[in-house]
Amino acid sequence: MELDFSHQAHFIVALAPEIILSVLGIVILLMGVSSRRPEGAETSADLGWISVLGILAAALANGWLYSVTEVGTHSMIALDGFALFSNWIILAGAALGILISQSYIDRQGLQAAEFYGLLIYSTVGLMIMAAARDLMVIFLGLEIMSVAVYVLAAINRRDRKSAEAGLKYFLLGAFSTGFFLYGIALVYGATGSTHVSAIAESIAGGTAHSALLVFGIALLAVGFSFKVSAVPFHMWTPDVYEGAPTPVTALMSVTVKAGAFLAFLRVFSVGFPDAYESWWAVLWWMAVLTMVVANLVATVQVSVKRMLAYSGIAHAGYLMVAIVAANETAAAGLLFYLLTYTLMNIGAFGIVILVSGQGEERLEIEEYAGFGWRQPVLGVVFTVSLLSLAGFPGTGGFMGKVFLLQGAIEANLVYLSAILVLTTVASYWYYLRVAWYMWMKDAPREASTQSIEVPIAMRLALVICVVLIVYLGVFPGASMELARSSVEGMSGVGPGLIGLAP
Amino acid sequence: MLVESLVVSGMIFVIGTLGVIVRRNAIVMFLCIELQLNAVNLTFVALSRYVGIEGQVFVFFVMTVAAAEAAVGLAIIISIFRHYETVDVDKFNLLKW
Repeated sequence: MELDFSHQAHFIVALAPEIILSVLGIVILLMGVSSRRPEGAETSADLGWISVLGILAAALANGWLYSVTEVGTHSMIALDGFALFSNWIILAGAALGILISQSYIDRQGLQAAEFYGLLIYSTVGLMIMAAARDLMVIFLGLEIMSVAVYVLAAINRRDRKSAEAGLKYFLLGAFSTGFFLYGIALVYGATGSTHVSAIAESIAGGTAHSALLVFGIALLAVGFSFKVSAVPFHMWTPDVYEGAPTPVTALMSVTVKAGAFLAFLRVFSVGFPDAYESWWAVLWWMAVLTMVVANLVATVQVSVKRMLAYSGIAHAGYLMVAIVAANETAAAGLLFYLLTYTLMNIGAFGIVILVSGQGEERLEIEEYAGFGWRQPVLGVVFTVSLLSLAGFPGTGGFMGKVFLLQGAIEANLVYLSAILVLTTVASYWYYLRVAWYMWMKDAPREASTQSIEVPIAMRLALVICVVLIVYLGVFPGASMELARSSVEGMSGVGPGLIGLAP
Repeated sequence: MLVESLVVSGMIFVIGTLGVIVRRNAIVMFLCIELQLNAVNLTFVALSRYVGIEGQVFVFFVMTVAAAEAAVGLAIIISIFRHYETVDVDKFNLLKW
């Protein structure tokens, strides 16, 4: 099937996954207010399974879209391989996020319908953001996502920390949106368009106003860096990740970061390839700072949740390398890495949710002493996730880093690659420290020895995560091939620009 | 005219940015963020005269989004006021900021 957008129905076809999810969100909200049964464990489980089924339907639609081709690249929302692969990542993150949050919602007494509804809306926003070819559409997707996630971060009204995290996320998120929007306005003024291809043409043709353009690119970079939490715009991340309800933290560190990175990559490598000289050095330094600072600070954390927050910042640094490299190999590496990162981070946060008991207690690393021997299966799941986050051979995280390094080497970024490897080695310390506590230390006597009940949804999510992490680590070929073909012809950076790096 | 309007909107944007950084009252910080967004609107309108009519359309997008953000933001500020009886962000110290 070919889409040339001459007919109204073509738009509906192209946006099928997003439309399915939007309808699903409304249905979930209506079911929440109209259910006869009082809000409780059963309602929330029902709603959770319906949400997962709806996301599977959206995933089916996404798979079907592979048989559809669009004509040209002038549409505001792309239907290329990159957008479809991004949708896989975001939908996987959302489905796993719903599965791990079910038991948490019950024991915290949260409103299940609102939680799932907002989660689905944020997913829609992210999908629009990752597929958008127009800066204004990226802005709209970003805001659909942000407004939903502001509420999600503050959704536990009884918890002070959650309210505080919501306020901090809201203030800094809206602040960064201001920068992002001003960047759009200046780029629009400089090039006369907000469509990334038209921007690229205008820059290549030399008709863009250079001062306005450089300011605009800088402001866009600041806006994106806030969203992906790159140093020095990361200050909000540890606090918000620590204070928000754990499933929301998992979601923020996985799908939100993925969506921001995907839009970041598309704008910078499709829209601004001919202005590469003006932005690569700044992003190079930001990538280095992010990797070094986040990994150093993570080593001294005592709370596992906060440690995972810093680990999320460190991973943003690794992913920034792909943006600086700006070639197709690195773009494919970024897609692959985001996929594995989704799985391993959801796995790790799932265990944190299980261990933290009734509420948000028992997040300290000492609580994990002897955990592996008390609950061997959960211990193995957590260990696999941590090893993958650290980038241990045989796990998906390792292959992801290998592909990122390939892209960086191809772009001749030798120093950046060396720093990536060194900081990865340094990160082994704090990931393995948790594993060491789990397996090598005895539990303190007064610790509760009761075993943790693992609900069926959580079980399913953890099994999927571990199986896919190992699968992607041992047989990365097929997924990598898919990622490579997804970015084909997307990136505009020609070989002439590669090799500028020191 | 273009340069003057761009300078004015740039100044408003900087005032908004400084306000967010300097002021500690959550509502005033939010107000300054709105100031930033309005500076952007002014830029769009000023540019649209030379670039094309889309600029004015974007202003409507920004206004709509800002309204949605205001609704959510004020609700969050109310919810935190219930816990702390203040909107001074320096007093919210459970998390390290």
